[in-house]
Amino acid sequence: MEILMAILIGILFMTATYLMLSKSLLRIIIGTGLLSHGAHLLLLTMGSLKRGAAPLLGEHAEAYVDPLPQALILTAIVISFGVTAFFLVLAYRAYQELGTDNMDRLRGKEGHE
Amino acid sequence: MNNLIILPILIPLITGVILIFFSKKILAQRWISAISSILTIIAAVLLVNHVYKNGIQTMDVSNWEAPYGITLVSDMLSALLVLTTSVIALAALFYSFKSIGIEREKFYYYPVVNFLLVGVNGAFTTGDIFNLFVFFEVMLMSSYVLMVLGGTKIQLRESIKYILVNVISSALFVIAVAYLYSVVGTLNMAHISVRISEIGNAGIITIIAVLFLIVFGLKGAIFPLYFWLPGSYYAPPAPIMALFGALLTKVGVYSITRTYTLFFYHDAGYTHQLLQILAIMTIIAGVIGAIAYLDIKKIIIYNIIVAVGVILFGVSVLTQESLTGSIFYLIHDMNIKAALFLLVGIIIRITGTSDLDKISGLLHRYPGLGWTFFIAALALAGIPPLSGFAGKLMIVRAGFEVESYVGAGIVLMSSLLVLFSVMKIFIKGFWGAPRAYKGEEDAPVKWLLFGPALLTAFAVLYGVGTEAIYPVISMAAETLANPEIYINAVLKE
Repeated sequence: MEILMAILIGILFMTATYLMLSKSLLRIIIGTGLLSHGAHLLLLTMGSLKRGAAPLLGEHAEAYVDPLPQALILTAIVISFGVTAFFLVLAYRAYQELGTDNMDRLRGKEGHE
Repeated sequence: MNNLIILPILIPLITGVILIFFSKKILAQRWISAISSILTIIAAVLLVNHVYKNGIQTMDVSNWEAPYGITLVSDMLSALLVLTTSVIALAALFYSFKSIGIEREKFYYYPVVNFLLVGVNGAFTTGDIFNLFVFFEVMLMSSYVLMVLGGTKIQLRESIKYILVNVISSALFVIAVAYLYSVVGTLNMAHISVRISEIGNAGIITIIAVLFLIVFGLKGAIFPLYFWLPGSYYAPPAPIMALFGALLTKVGVYSITRTYTLFFYHDAGYTHQLLQILAIMTIIAGVIGAIAYLDIKKIIIYNIIVAVGVILFGVSVLTQESLTGSIFYLIHDMNIKAALFLLVGIIIRITGTSDLDKISGLLHRYPGLGWTFFIAALALAGIPPLSGFAGKLMIVRAGFEVESYVGAGIVLMSSLLVLFSVMKIFIKGFWGAPRAYKGEEDAPVKWLLFGPALLTAFAVLYGVGTEAIYPVISMAAETLANPEIYINAVLKE
């Protein structure tokens, strides 16, 4: 299972890198989204994948799952959701103001507005 | 257990939340944020005093004992940095009152600055590696807003790049934490340190160390990851630039210092050698930029990079003396960078340009501004008895002691070139024939000068009073040099 996850995470990172290297701003934002998905799945995998009961003493189970990675992922998902939303709005506003979403034309020269 | 620790995080947080409700009442916003900023300084002073008398203070949030819950830890280094942050925030706020503009003030400028302080103070105080990530994000989210607030074309353009770089580095942070968690199975920083010592010198720990260096290096602007900084910091107005230049990169530097003294000191031959090489390259790259540009903002921005290199060189040497020097220099640099950015902001407010070729003779009409700038510039370069001197002296001496002559020599050389780069501003901008500038009459120079003059006065006191401050700083360095002190205080073994 871990190997499958590793391959999946690798594909996500690969796609994210490819998208972030493109010129269109929207593709770059989708790339950052995929990158954070990959990171979250990695966090889940690193906490080791196993079956088990919820980590409550009353469960009296054979095995318990580690709740910490899930808590971390939840936090990280919320943060990346917020950042992506902000980034999308910023991109739209920048497109309105600057008239382009092509990163090549957003380079900017020294001392220019 | 001590609730004083959380006050410098809590006060700005509550202030920020309250201020959101009065977004259109500018006078109330100013008063409330000034008062809360003064309260934060008082809390920070009490905290430093308390830590000095009673050693490291910890607070287990919601009473979950370490290492199970999130622990806030205030050692001397954290407490001092929190105090410096609060003082800088006050100076920048005072400067903002008459310069940032009504439009920005109406659109949540003060709440966002307060949230930025929550993030910065939190990052300095937390004792949990994932909580550090969360406070980083709080700080970054506020910095995105501050950078784009106002919505000019250059701000929009540079914000996109700034956010992109930081999103990537945040993803790397999560990845680094994931690896670390899979190896050590804990997130409490003291507990991580214990577990890593049990594992000892393993290859995977070195990999994680380098990954953390990349993450924090992107935020702290070390070579070759500083590429985003000169463009991004150029865009926002002066007080925001001062907050960014003084605080944000230093949070990255603090995190490198913390992780490289608390976790990753077992394979110092590799990790700290790498850090040292990168620190030296950072100094060189920064100095080249500082000399090359004739734009006052760019010169000071590149000086941030030089300082990051100098501090990290001291950390990489990893002796008690070099760490003392680094802490001395870190606090000095936060203070003096904020002062210089605000002074540069005043110059730009008067002249309407940041191009040195178009500025001259300011000393004639603005002697107060000129001499404040002169003292701040000398302090930046580390001329005794001003504040940069003691830190640099200790870093260089420690560098010679461990026989890394190249690095120590470059630190020395860099001071000379840094002095040249800021004197260039003084000579070209303040000497020469006075010129008339459009719109200079209504520039509230006296009011604006208050913040930077306060910070410069601190720089002088900090330099002259080195002897008196030394025991405090060396206490901070002692904790860094001996991780057991930190571990024992947190885990209470």
